[in-house]
Amino acid sequence: MSKLRAILIMTVYAILVTLASIWMAKQSYSWFPPEASAESKLLDDLFSLFTGLGTFIYLGVIGPFLYSLVFHRARKYDMSDGPPIEGNTWLEIVWTAVPLVLVLTLSFVSYRTYEKMAVRGPMELVHLHLPQIIQPAYAAPFDSTPQQEIENAVETAPIEEIDVTAKQWAWVFHYPKQDITSTELHLPVNRRVRFTLRSEDVLHGFYIPAFRLKQDVVPNHEIDFELTPVKTGTYRLRDSMFSGTYFAANQADVVVQPFNEYQQWLADAAAASPTPAFNQAAFEYSQANDQEGATKDNVVVRGWDTIPPASPPVVNYAPKHEPDSPPT
Amino acid sequence: MTNISLEAPEVVRGQPYPGAPDNWKRFFTFSTDHKVIGIQYIVTSFFFFLIGGTLSMIMRGELITPDADLVDRTVYNALFTMHGSIMLFMWTFPVLVGLGNYLVPLMIGARDMAFPRLNAVSFWMVPVVGVLMLASFLVPGGPSQSGWWAYPPVSIQNPTGNLLNGQVLWILAVAISGVSSIMGAVNFVTTIFRMRTPGMTWFRTPAFVWSVLGAQLIQLYGLPALTGGAVMLLLDITIGTSFFAPERGGNPILYQHFFWFYSHPAVYVMILPVFGMFSEILPVHARKPLFGYRVIAASSILITVVSGLVWVHHMFASATPSWMRILFMVTSMLVAIPSGIKVFGWVATIWGGKIRFTTPMLFALGGISNWLFAGITGIFLASVPIDIHVNNTYFVVGHFHYVLYGAIVMGIYAGIYHWFPKMTGRMYYEGLGKLHFALTYLGTALTFLPMHPAGLMGMPRRVASYDLEFAYWNVLASLGGFLLGLSTLPFILNMVSSWIRGEKVGNNPWRAYGLEWLTSSPPTVENFEELPLVVSGPYGYGRNQPLVGNTPNPGLTEFPESLTAMQSDEL
Repeated sequence: MSKLRAILIMTVYAILVTLASIWMAKQSYSWFPPEASAESKLLDDLFSLFTGLGTFIYLGVIGPFLYSLVFHRARKYDMSDGPPIEGNTWLEIVWTAVPLVLVLTLSFVSYRTYEKMAVRGPMELVHLHLPQIIQPAYAAPFDSTPQQEIENAVETAPIEEIDVTAKQWAWVFHYPKQDITSTELHLPVNRRVRFTLRSEDVLHGFYIPAFRLKQDVVPNHEIDFELTPVKTGTYRLRDSMFSGTYFAANQADVVVQPFNEYQQWLADAAAASPTPAFNQAAFEYSQANDQEGATKDNVVVRGWDTIPPASPPVVNYAPKHEPDSPPT
Repeated sequence: MTNISLEAPEVVRGQPYPGAPDNWKRFFTFSTDHKVIGIQYIVTSFFFFLIGGTLSMIMRGELITPDADLVDRTVYNALFTMHGSIMLFMWTFPVLVGLGNYLVPLMIGARDMAFPRLNAVSFWMVPVVGVLMLASFLVPGGPSQSGWWAYPPVSIQNPTGNLLNGQVLWILAVAISGVSSIMGAVNFVTTIFRMRTPGMTWFRTPAFVWSVLGAQLIQLYGLPALTGGAVMLLLDITIGTSFFAPERGGNPILYQHFFWFYSHPAVYVMILPVFGMFSEILPVHARKPLFGYRVIAASSILITVVSGLVWVHHMFASATPSWMRILFMVTSMLVAIPSGIKVFGWVATIWGGKIRFTTPMLFALGGISNWLFAGITGIFLASVPIDIHVNNTYFVVGHFHYVLYGAIVMGIYAGIYHWFPKMTGRMYYEGLGKLHFALTYLGTALTFLPMHPAGLMGMPRRVASYDLEFAYWNVLASLGGFLLGLSTLPFILNMVSSWIRGEKVGNNPWRAYGLEWLTSSPPTVENFEELPLVVSGPYGYGRNQPLVGNTPNPGLTEFPESLTAMQSDEL
């Protein structure tokens, strides 16, 4: 009878945990910025799977744990010991094997997602691809639209090439075909874009949260990096690798726009003559080192010497003021 | 083991050397007693824990508003650099070495560590490291501002041009700390291999000792890489060599390999002893043997091995080729298996036991629940595509603080409370202890949970200012940070007042199995008058099975009957 009750309780709990895990997996999509690139959909699906399984494991362990804490307490004057159970071989084999299968599965699914995103690392040019382990036909657990979008973008139009230069502390974007520069990154929607990332000084991180992609920029290396924007709007590019004093201010706006508007923007920028752009780091540095000391008291605790920021980049196009925050 | 004398020394030596003080003053001497050194480590490192915590609260004060308006950006960068460095090199490592120092010889029935003088030298290097770290606040240009990773090229940029600068002092401090830890590791590994008392076979050795062995083996294979990397960095910044400087043809990524080859396994150096303490504390306060003891013990060594093959998961975004990303993803995920074995074993240990919510038990349970959460987010981070999004964001900050504060610091508190009666002969105040637990648990959740959503939204770590969209999570985290600061007060009050005037509770207030409970509280200088002869495994709860076949300290009678059964039956 008590065995039946135990089985019943466990079944009910397992159902509840499953429902909670599915709910969390669905919720996880709302924890991210907008899905502005094809790659971001792939990542969000993967993250959702991890969230669901993670919730399942968490609740699956914490449930018995809490049950035990509530129901297996010693009575006040009970000085005796519990049952001398030292182990259970079967149980131990199960809880070694199940996690092993689980993490190998998660590794495999992650690898598939990675392949579909076709994230290009810096050494991809020498084609160090892992061998294709499994037929793609039954290794596609997710929606295949994003991958389709990437393929369409690659097939229907030439890849847009953009050079990105990171320095302490500014981002400069150079469009080689038109030979124009900008401190705001403009991208055409639904086209594959290939960045060539360069750093003039230290490590930086090229990170656009809405695209879910990130690549460190390494001095003396040219790193190719591809992605496919699929949603128009204004997003934020952040430096993700600590790069010194004004690291936090090293941001830029990313504008994804329809192809014709993008063309128009390129044409307008080409017509503009290069001017110095606003640069947050240079602005703050000049204020802190102002001889008058008028604005020195912006902060409560003053600082130490810093590497001076590079002078504000001279570009064809610059946003009027400091970059705006992304739409919330 | 045959060369260890079983005979008690003829004279009970009062002190490790003639004329050594026998009162509180001994904590300020070059004592070679492992118990004195253990407490020296614990108290010194706790002092630095408070300093590191103060730095973090200033950071949380800065981050409670989006703009950089409390401290200058250079100061903020120095704060997070020194917070991380002090918390790791001056608190977490040394406090665990201190607990290990205190407990390992007692638990294996040894009279001291293998090399007592080396032990004292290892300890006395720690204050030197601390002084160097703090002194860097006073040099021109301020302390190191390149993060606790000290990644070049930022770390070799030297704005003042001075040879004496914060970064150089930082490197010296880390190198000295590394030497101290290597010496400590040699001592621990030798002690555990050579000085286990007769009858203590490997599978009669307590899980804590296994975990300390696993951790110290990592120190031996890993630290030379970090120390070597640090020396190369020092040469780059001082005499202008070109190991890592890109403008002179160096490779900054190379440093990352040196750094993480040690510094990821270093996380296991810190978590393994805490796992060991969980494995010791749960059976005592649930009155049940550790479930799957052999597998839990062996999984510590498995972690030692696997953790040496995972370091590149810190570098998925650092110009790392795809094959390397995938390879290290798989190895990183494999760490989940030995960690999972431990968690499941702990849950099975308390299941059906007779649980008492004492303060050490609460901290151990809280630590395990936090570790479960942190372990799951760790699997997220091992996945290459997910890591490419959250790498270097607050998601990572939240994850590792859940490990370091949620699991490790709570485990350290659990250990301190659990062995406090052994170290002092007195009991702490249970009420203050429970208050301390409640504040710590809530503070941990309030501080570090909100960092996860902030990171998923794309807030980079190490920023002094941030966009308005992150403000909500940061206000929560800041309030939690101040709560954590507050939570140390009942702990300090509890420790100080119960050490001075707590209730005297005898030698084994928990009625626990284990050789450390067979000696007086606090233990005499050489722990055991006669080396204990171990006759059974370490967790005999519910069996009424004697642990030892002799009476290591004749005259002491305050042990549960089961432990001294041999006395009445056979002797």
